[in-house]
Amino acid sequence: MTPDSENELAEAIASAREPFVVMGGGTKRIGSSTDAVPLSTGKIAGIRLYEPDSLTLVVSSGTSAEYIDSQLAENGQRLPFEPMDYRSILRTTGTPTIGGIAATNASGPRRIQAGACRDYMLGVRFVSGEGKILKNGGRVMKNVTGYDLVKLMAGSRGTLGILTEVAFKVLPKPDSAATVAIRELDDITAVRALSKALGSPFDVSGAAHLPRWQSEEALTIVRIEGFCESVSYRANRLKDLLREFGEIDIEFNREHVDAMWRSLRDAERFGAIDGDVWRISARPSDAPSLVEIVRQSVSAEALFDWGGGLVWLLVPEGTSLRDHLENFSGHATLVRASDDTRSRIPTFQPPPPVQARIAAEIRRKFDPRGILNPGLMD
Amino acid sequence: MLMPSPKTAILERKANIVARLQGVLPVRAVIHDKFELRAYECDALTMYGCPPLAVVLPGSTEEVSAVLKICSEERVPVVPRGSGTSLSGGALPTADSVVLGVSRMNKILETNYENRYIRLQTGRTNLSVSGAVEARGFFYAPDPSSQLACAIAGNIAMNSGGAHCLKYGVTTNNLLGVKVVLMTGEITEFGGAYLDSGGLDLLGLVCGSEGQLGVVTEATLRILPKPEGARPILMGFEASEVAGACVSDIIRAGILPVAIEFMDRKCIRACENFVGVGYPDVEALLIVEVEGSPDEIDEQLALIKRTAEKHCPAEIRESQSEAETQKIWAGRKAAFGAMGVINDYICLDGTIPVSELSKVLKRIGELADNFGLDVANVFHAGDGNLHPLILFDANDEGQSAKSEELGAEILKLCVEVGGCLSGEHGIGVEKRDLMPFQYSANDIEAQIGVKDVFDPRWLLNPAKVFPLQSTESRRAA
Repeated sequence: MTPDSENELAEAIASAREPFVVMGGGTKRIGSSTDAVPLSTGKIAGIRLYEPDSLTLVVSSGTSAEYIDSQLAENGQRLPFEPMDYRSILRTTGTPTIGGIAATNASGPRRIQAGACRDYMLGVRFVSGEGKILKNGGRVMKNVTGYDLVKLMAGSRGTLGILTEVAFKVLPKPDSAATVAIRELDDITAVRALSKALGSPFDVSGAAHLPRWQSEEALTIVRIEGFCESVSYRANRLKDLLREFGEIDIEFNREHVDAMWRSLRDAERFGAIDGDVWRISARPSDAPSLVEIVRQSVSAEALFDWGGGLVWLLVPEGTSLRDHLENFSGHATLVRASDDTRSRIPTFQPPPPVQARIAAEIRRKFDPRGILNPGLMD
Repeated sequence: MLMPSPKTAILERKANIVARLQGVLPVRAVIHDKFELRAYECDALTMYGCPPLAVVLPGSTEEVSAVLKICSEERVPVVPRGSGTSLSGGALPTADSVVLGVSRMNKILETNYENRYIRLQTGRTNLSVSGAVEARGFFYAPDPSSQLACAIAGNIAMNSGGAHCLKYGVTTNNLLGVKVVLMTGEITEFGGAYLDSGGLDLLGLVCGSEGQLGVVTEATLRILPKPEGARPILMGFEASEVAGACVSDIIRAGILPVAIEFMDRKCIRACENFVGVGYPDVEALLIVEVEGSPDEIDEQLALIKRTAEKHCPAEIRESQSEAETQKIWAGRKAAFGAMGVINDYICLDGTIPVSELSKVLKRIGELADNFGLDVANVFHAGDGNLHPLILFDANDEGQSAKSEELGAEILKLCVEVGGCLSGEHGIGVEKRDLMPFQYSANDIEAQIGVKDVFDPRWLLNPAKVFPLQSTESRRAA
């Protein structure tokens, strides 16, 4: 089902008798497959309001991310949180929508500096599981009027309501960018180097470590963005700061810089290789030992983003990864796996009992009949 | 403003309740003497006050849990309190409530520079968090004007902002994790020393929930490396519309200053009389601050200057020294105090789309004239968060009522142009009854439903945030 408008969607939900699989472009779904009716917001599309002077964009949820990027780029602006594209890693086709980005709180390497998708969502409109059209937040940059259901909706994957409209704060797109790179560091040293860069005043907007992979050598990278002179100044200061870690190259070519961070953002290198893919959020300094412990039992390939705070892991199919991570704080999400694996291993980190109870009760409040993506986040 | 009448059944059991609380807390941590209770009768919204039944000052999360368990069993409302600096009455008690102050819980539990966070008890004051990490070159970004006094607990409850949030965001953007005690006494944690939990964002939900969902006793906060330097530029204009247009152009030019502050003539004059920092006598003053290395600062300030000059400013003054920077900010930070010397005032907190700035300022002036009251404006222009100050004489009852009416009209105007009732102070009791101007009955019911989940008996800070009648049946139960 693909409703044409918010009203049509609300009516369809109110009169529904069966559960739905809620989606935008269907590129990011990470749960088990189900025979529930697909419901797409793809036709509820279009930019409702865009005020570059106010750094504000209000957009219908089915609008394609690509279209939004192009409209913002015309005004020298962008979505600051660098949403990742799941198509490569999930091997999905289709068009990512802004609703899907919001519903999955999809954020990329710039998360560590600029914040996540949830941090740029100013307001939402959505249709609840009862078919009510609800709103929260607004379109202004500071808003503490009542509870922040915007945060609750961000990352709720359509289980509380179906987003129809999202307001974002956007930011100017900087003139220049550079990548400062160090070769052949081991994981522990790399995370130490990233921590040093992130603790510097040079406003790092990306910090990642790509371990040795096939014929490519290990690469530890730090990104700087801003006005031209400022980027070159800060890149050179970082070069001095990180000298103790090895020889340092600086890449100023915008296309090369963007391509490298895009590939990291989308964990592209794991796209074509079989195996389960996990996304682990951890304390940055724990990341290397966490990966090491997994490697003691299974073969694992890792990518470290967010200075180590985000670890992408490629492991053999069916690996019970969480068994190895009990001594670490953080959480692990099973991003890519077969239905068979998913029937044994929950997609999301099972929360402690109190949180699980609260989440279940909130879900019952918003979707009492349990018809929106049932079971997806349980 | 109406508060629910206290339940006599609770007032009659005061001795019992106090005795039970004394059973789980040190003697000095339970205040029940009627004179001592006066100290807790209000917060920074001083127009309203009411001494509570008792005040408890627990020293640990476990003590908070024990208190909430007792209050839950006794069905006594609990009003959580940080430092009591709320401008919206967030910590205003009722006579049948127990105020739970976290001020004794102010320890730093862990400072982790490698992973860039600090974990602390929430009674800690905002400014002292930055103070604790300053020597290592870090700071905690949200900086409400009350930062010397206000507690992190209150910052989390109200999702507080500050002058520098244009670049660094507000509390919710800098909060990684919380330890929360629910009204049942259950202790749980949301988030932690890592980013973006996979499940529902309960951390984001608790932040800004005005102490209605749980009592936050510990917090993990993001700390950031201090920039190499920061420098403000001060610009005076002969019309506030022009200042507004200048703000738009600066943003349009691709610069992201850390702060853009606006003051009107009434405010400028008050600040000058109060602290004498040498502000020009103009219709509208902008303070724009940028950060970076000395060269980066020069580059950005030059661009700002070029942009501003197109609007023919009456004055442009770039800070030339640390002392001058301090002076420029001293005036702005003293603005509320300075206005207080002249008059009583109500400080509003609506936010508007930046594009509506000049239209709204003009309309506020007209409304003020209609009511025969004076309004001074000082606000965060970069993000549209207005703080109109309505000046009145508190000893004149007619004026108090009239100024509250004008305040409501101004906030409705903010909503009308696409903004909201509160940008950073919270709804509390002050704007509770205006909620229906921004949200439909269904929208409000959805929020109320969330409180039902966390606190089904509506005992935590119950008479706040939502219009009284919409929560009456729940509070009465």
